[in-house]
Amino acid sequence: MSSQSFIEKLDAIDRRWIFLLMALSVGIPIFVIGITGTRFPESPTPTSLATFETIEALPEGARVLMSFDYEPASAGELQPMATAFVRHLAHKKAKIYCQTLWAAATPLIEQTLRTCVIAQHPEWIYGEHFVNMGYQSGNEGVMKVILTDYKQSFPNDYRGTPAAEIPMLADIVNTSSFDAIIVVSAGYPGSKEWVQYVVSPTLTSEKPTKLVAGVTGVSAPQLVPYFPTQLKGMLAAIKGAAEYEFLVNQAVEARNPGVKIPAQFMDAQRRMAPQLFGHLLMVGLILVGNTIFFARRRAARLALA
Amino acid sequence: MNQKRTWTIILSVAAILLAIRTFTGPGMGKVYVENSNKAFIEVNGKWVEAPVGTTSAVSWVKEIGTTPGAYFAANAVDANQSVIHLSTSRTLGVWIAALLTLFIFSFLYRDNPFYKFAESTIVGVSAAYWMVVSFWDTLVPKLFGKLAPNFVAEHFMPNIKRETDYWLLVPVILGVMLLCRLVPRAAYLGIVPLAFIVGTTSGLKFVSYIESDLLAQTASTMKSLAVVGDGGIEVGESIKQVLLFVGVIAGLVYFFFSVEHKGIVGKTARVGVWYLMITFGAAFGFTVMGRIALFAARCEFLFDDWLWLIDPTGRRAIADAVEIAVPALLL
Amino acid sequence: MNRQIALLVTLVSGVLMVLSGFLIPTQSWAEDVAEWFNVLASIAFVLGAANLAKIHLSKISSRDEGWGFSAVTLIAFVATLAIGFLKIGVAPLETAPLVSMSGEKDGEGSAFWWLYTFVMSPITATMFSLLAFYVASAAFRAFRAKNVEATLLLVAAFIVLLGRTFAGVVLTGWIPDSLSFLRLENLSTIIFEVFASAGNRAIIIGIALGVAATSLKIILGIDRSYMGSGD
Repeated sequence: MSSQSFIEKLDAIDRRWIFLLMALSVGIPIFVIGITGTRFPESPTPTSLATFETIEALPEGARVLMSFDYEPASAGELQPMATAFVRHLAHKKAKIYCQTLWAAATPLIEQTLRTCVIAQHPEWIYGEHFVNMGYQSGNEGVMKVILTDYKQSFPNDYRGTPAAEIPMLADIVNTSSFDAIIVVSAGYPGSKEWVQYVVSPTLTSEKPTKLVAGVTGVSAPQLVPYFPTQLKGMLAAIKGAAEYEFLVNQAVEARNPGVKIPAQFMDAQRRMAPQLFGHLLMVGLILVGNTIFFARRRAARLALA
Repeated sequence: MNQKRTWTIILSVAAILLAIRTFTGPGMGKVYVENSNKAFIEVNGKWVEAPVGTTSAVSWVKEIGTTPGAYFAANAVDANQSVIHLSTSRTLGVWIAALLTLFIFSFLYRDNPFYKFAESTIVGVSAAYWMVVSFWDTLVPKLFGKLAPNFVAEHFMPNIKRETDYWLLVPVILGVMLLCRLVPRAAYLGIVPLAFIVGTTSGLKFVSYIESDLLAQTASTMKSLAVVGDGGIEVGESIKQVLLFVGVIAGLVYFFFSVEHKGIVGKTARVGVWYLMITFGAAFGFTVMGRIALFAARCEFLFDDWLWLIDPTGRRAIADAVEIAVPALLL
Repeated sequence: MNRQIALLVTLVSGVLMVLSGFLIPTQSWAEDVAEWFNVLASIAFVLGAANLAKIHLSKISSRDEGWGFSAVTLIAFVATLAIGFLKIGVAPLETAPLVSMSGEKDGEGSAFWWLYTFVMSPITATMFSLLAFYVASAAFRAFRAKNVEATLLLVAAFIVLLGRTFAGVVLTGWIPDSLSFLRLENLSTIIFEVFASAGNRAIIIGIALGVAATSLKIILGIDRSYMGSGD
């Protein structure tokens, strides 16, 4: 076969072969890592480091609002972040207030609290150390209300208990009552709206609201302009999750020497292996595609000459 | 034809491997639950956990998800135990979830009825899901609970505050008018609630976009180009600040279409285009990262939860130990 | 008349939201109005769902092509609604065991939770992951370094793809510390925090001006396109 006809054939390749390559380049590493348990080391980027430091600097008993603004479709990317956030907060003995503006997120909140709080800190009391305020509709309408009156928008918790009967809500007036806000978001409404409606109005106040976010790869570049003024930290995509997870585990190990970190708290770090091979495939495909492009262009020019 | 044969072989091999996996090893796709007995009695008007053996208690059994490892461990101690047991509904659920996952992936080969079935299912389930969640989480506590608190307290939310607020009839009226959009003859009534939604949203956006995206973002750009640290001017950080400043200005010039892009404006706009191209390149890279992460999570579900081929979180770790230990003990 | 009322409603609700950002006495009114808005947003879900049912019912009744799949959608819709509204398989609250419908609608083990976990989650998550494949195919076919702009885009994507994985460390880890900014992982950070930040900031500022102008036009009744044809 001449090189030209090979290039023609390669250019006309059925896309399903590319799909198969993608499936293998992600599937095989998952299989191998799943058996061997190997992980790559992480070197945190500034946005992840700033996220970690913001939470790390909170005092014991700090009140932290965490909004789970995503649904199962994005959980592959965002759940490891949510897990690491709640785990870090629990480790810092912060008071955790969970809520969501996405209808399909309440089971994710429950699952995260079960894994990171109830299973790890059985002595913690619901309503005193952590609470699930559930979902409220209205998107930025809800943000507008909680900016001045949190309990008007969230009058009850997820189980229908009135806010007045939940001890940890006694001193919560509005979003400024929280020492920090964490948003894990997949789109609209999400981190951008939290910056616009909750953080920005307080920027010139005595106590500007501290917001850190965990976001999907798709929305990360759109949010980076807000860092570090309006967003104190940001976890960008699964890599950000892996870096933060690594930092949290390191902090837990440093404070509890000899402790064994359960594998379920290394989800993002584990997934960096399939990520690596997936990215390499993408780079390879772009290179081959361009080689074809330049070879054909050269051939066309030669033919004209 | 040749290609079709190749794909048939690949898919057949996958099907055979799946069949082999189904009938070998310690099983696959099974979900176990732990029974938790709940019993309560009323004491001084409050319901508290009943002591074991209380006959008058209101009781039920709650099934809490557990790991296969916990089941194997419990069975190794007492083979007749029934506290941790197989959950038929959840096991069926994992198999259905796996099949639906494969149905969606089948679209990569070509459009087919399996994919269409899964797609049609999710449209119906999602629409109803959002409606149900809105009903129970917003409408019941915040609307019905304010208009008919006693009814809501007796039937749905016993702890709710028994206060009425008839101002909430306003969104009810607007809501009814909104639903009129479904009836052609009364559709004109839907304009008023729509006007309310659009007006409120516009008002909210007007302030927030100016405050957050125009003023605060401009302020974040208009910073000293020379970044001063403890040891004097930080060259690296200063270069970054200059690049950032130039990029924002050049980008804005590119978006400014009232002036023809010629001369210095044209050159600046061209720099702006370069910045935007780098921005889109980065966005592409992050998008790829995100989508691969989602695919990796689905692969983990298939390999771990369904096929039990891998066990990265050690949920079945004890299974291997039991598999080796039990025959050894018997021998 | 109806349109005049609508314009007035838009003006009042819009102006109230704007004023509440500056005048403290109007804040509590704005809170109430925003709460109505939030409740109305919930009712809007009913409108969306009813619309969906209407479309699929008409497809079934007219036996349009693929009406069988419309039937699947409707069955899934009605079944989920019934399961969710009736709280099937939901245990009551422990503080009110006699109020049978007091429990969490999607508590673990309930039928609604089952639908969420085993039907909704896998389908939506897999649908989103399909793009990983299409983006690979598109990269192979369309991502060409045809000119300076396309090359910049391509190089930035390369650096991000390699720099955000362990590949970056392997490929450029040898670069001495004095030139460490040239390592792929650091270059990817510079691209993200400097170039992408600048580009997106220009976009954000541009959009902010556009949104502010459009919002003002809507509030003042100059833009009436949301009312449909005729204006």
